Amino acid sequence: MTEVTVVQETHDNSGFNREVLMNLGPQHPSTHGVLRLLLQMDGEIIERVDPHIGLLHRGTEKLAEHFTYTQIFPLTDRLDYLCPPSNNLGFALAVEKLLGIEAPVRAQYIRVIMAELSRISGHLLITGALPMDVGAMTSLLYTMREREMVMDLLEMISGVRMHTSFCRVGGVREDLPPGCTERIIEFCDIFTNRIADYEKLLLHNRIFLARVENIGNISARHAVALGLSGPNLRASGVDWDIRRDAPYEIYDRLEFEVITRKDGDCFDRWKCRVDEMRQSLRMIRQCVEQMPEGPVIVDDPKIAFPVDKDKLAHSMETHIHHFELAAFGFKVPAGEVYQAIEAPKGELGYYIISDGSEKPFRFKVRAPSFVNLQALCEHTTNMKYLADVIAMLGSLDPVMAEVDK
Amino acid sequence: MESIIVILPLLVKMGIVVAVLLLLPLPLTWLERKIAAHIQQRPGPMRVGWHGLLQPLADAIKLLTKEDHIPMDADRLLFKMAPVVALVPPFVVFVAIPFGEPVQIFGSSYTLALSDMNVGLLFILAVSGIGVFGVILAGWASNSKYAVLGSLRSIAQMISYEIPMGFSVIGVVMLAGSMNLSDIVHAQDGLWNIVYQPIGFFVFFVAGLAEAQRIPFDLPEAEGDLGAGYHTEYSGIRFSLFMLAEYVVMVVLALLNALLFFGGWLGAPPFLPPALWLLLKTGFFIWVFMWFRFTFPRYRYDQLMSIGWKVLLPLSLLNILISGIFMF
Repeated sequence: MTEVTVVQETHDNSGFNREVLMNLGPQHPSTHGVLRLLLQMDGEIIERVDPHIGLLHRGTEKLAEHFTYTQIFPLTDRLDYLCPPSNNLGFALAVEKLLGIEAPVRAQYIRVIMAELSRISGHLLITGALPMDVGAMTSLLYTMREREMVMDLLEMISGVRMHTSFCRVGGVREDLPPGCTERIIEFCDIFTNRIADYEKLLLHNRIFLARVENIGNISARHAVALGLSGPNLRASGVDWDIRRDAPYEIYDRLEFEVITRKDGDCFDRWKCRVDEMRQSLRMIRQCVEQMPEGPVIVDDPKIAFPVDKDKLAHSMETHIHHFELAAFGFKVPAGEVYQAIEAPKGELGYYIISDGSEKPFRFKVRAPSFVNLQALCEHTTNMKYLADVIAMLGSLDPVMAEVDK
Repeated sequence: MESIIVILPLLVKMGIVVAVLLLLPLPLTWLERKIAAHIQQRPGPMRVGWHGLLQPLADAIKLLTKEDHIPMDADRLLFKMAPVVALVPPFVVFVAIPFGEPVQIFGSSYTLALSDMNVGLLFILAVSGIGVFGVILAGWASNSKYAVLGSLRSIAQMISYEIPMGFSVIGVVMLAGSMNLSDIVHAQDGLWNIVYQPIGFFVFFVAGLAEAQRIPFDLPEAEGDLGAGYHTEYSGIRFSLFMLAEYVVMVVLALLNALLFFGGWLGAPPFLPPALWLLLKTGFFIWVFMWFRFTFPRYRYDQLMSIGWKVLLPLSLLNILISGIFMF
C-alpha cells in the first residue's frame, strides 16, 4: 500500500507520468559542460525540457566578499572562461564607477582590444561547436586553430593564455609589449579570410541548414520577456547592444554595426555571432589606429602602484602607499553600483555594494548565460525532436561556469 | 578423397576471408583517424609505430583487456548475444562476393568466391538485413534509454533504407539479366553501369551510407544527442565486435558499389591483378565514406525518414521505369 502511494506521489510531484524521462547530462558530449537536462519525451518528440543547473557552482559571489577588489579579478576570469578579458573589464568598470575615476585613454583602448579579441575567441567556439553538435566535427577543429591565434595574442599581452586578469582598477597591468599591435593587425588580416572559409564550409551546407534553420525560433517578444541579451537577443531582431546604446570605455569612438537578424532561430544565432566577429575585427583595427600614447593606469597612489618604480626607493610616502595597497588593498567609498557591459554572451552586469572597506559587502554577477539558458524551454521555442534540443542548446551558447558561478 | 579436394579449397578460402575481415579494422581505423586528422589539419596518431601505424594494435590490446562491463539490470543473455548477431551477417555476406575470374592452379580451376551463387545479390541484401537484429537486441538488452532510442532509430533507418537500396539494384539486375555478381560484372564489359545507371548508383550509394550508419546518417549512434546510441553500455571486446561489424558493413558496401556500378575487377590496367584492382576501387569508396564523415553534419531523425521515403524510394522507382523503357 505504502509503495503505491510513494510511486503516485513522485509522479504527482514531478508532473511526469507516462512518457519516457531521459536524463541528458551532466556528463554528455553536447551539454557544453555540466548541464543536466531532464527531458520528458514521447519517443523522439520532446514534451518538456527541464534544465538542472548548479553542478559547477563555486561560490564566486560569496568568495568575492572575502577578497580585496584586486583579488576579485581572477575570480571574474573564471566566470565565462572563454573570454576573461571581457569579464575583467566589466568588474573594473563597476569599481571605477564607485571610486569615481576613469582609466587613462590608452588603458581603455587596450581593454577594448582585449575584450574584442576575447569576443572573437568566445564566438569562435560556438562557430565550430554548433556544427559539431549537429554532427560536423571538422569545423570545430578549424575554429580552434584560429582560437589558438587569439590565445597567442592574449598570451603575448598578458603572459597568460586563458585567465588573463590583465585589468586593474584604474587601468591595465602594463602597456602592450613591443610589436604587439603589428601582430594584432596580422591576425586581423588572416582571420578575415578564415571567417569566409567557415561560411564557405557551412553557409550553403544543406544538411547544416536543415538542422538549424527554423529550429528553436525565439520571437522578439519572447526574447525580451525572457531577458535574453547579446547575440541571442539580436538574432531575434531586437536592436540592442550596450556597446552602442550605453557606451562605456571608448566604444563611442568606434564605428561598428550592430548585427541583427530576423527569425531568431538557431541559424540566426549562429550567423549573428559569425558576423559579429567581423565587426570585432573592425573595432580592433580602429583601436590599434586610434590608440594614443600615454599612461596605462591612473596616477593615484591610493589605488594603483606607482608607474615610476624608482620613486619607491626615494619617497617614503610612495613607499607607504605601496605597502598599504599591497597589504590591504584600497578602500572603496560606501555605495552601490550596477555596471553592465556587452560581454560576448550578452549583458554581463556587476552589482557591487561597498561598505567603505577594501572588500565588497555584496558582489552579484548578472551572468548572461544564466539568463539566456532560460530560453531552453519548450514553451517559447519550436523545438520538436531530441536533436533540436541539442541544436538549441548549442546555439544559445551557455558557458556553464558562468551559469553556476 | 574426392570430398577433400572439394572441401579443402573452400576451407582455405573461408580461412582467408575470415582472417582478412577480422584484421581489417586495424588498417581501417588507422586510415580513418589519419583521414580525419588530415582533413582537420592535425597529424593524427604519430606515437605508436611509424606515423602511428601500430596505433590500432595498441587500441585492440586496450579493448581486449578492458573490463567487460554488463549493466546491472541488463538482459544478460541478449546483451552477450547482440554483438555476435550484429557481427555474423556482414561476414556471411562475403560468401557471395566474387573477387575476380576463376584462377587456374595446377590445372584445376578455382573461383575467387566462396560460392558464386546465382542469387548472389538477393542473398547479400537479405543477409545484410539480419544485421539489424544485433542492433535491436543491443538496444533492448542494455536497459538504457540512450541505447533503446539509438536502436529504435536504427531499426527505422535500416528498414527504410533497405527498400530503396533493394530497388536501386533492380536496374543493374535488369541490365545483366542475372542476380549472380560475376554475371553482373561481366555485363559491364565495355561500359560500366555507372553510365547506364547514374540514378541507381546515387540511390544505392546514399542508402548504403545509411545502411552502414555513416554520417550524414549516423543517427543510431549520434554522439551529439545519444552519447553512443545502441552501444552506449558496451565496453571492451563486445564494443569492439560492434565496431568490427560496422567496418565490415562499410567494406561490403564499398565492394558492392565497385562491383555493381564500377565494373568490379574489369578494366584493370595490365600491370595490376584484377582482384587488386577491385580492392583499389573498394578502397576508393571507403575513402569517400570516411571523407563524408568529416565533412557533413548529420540529419535529424524525421529528415532522415523523409529522405528515405520521399526522395530515395521514388527515385529508385523512377530508375526502374527509365531502365525498363530503355531496355524495351
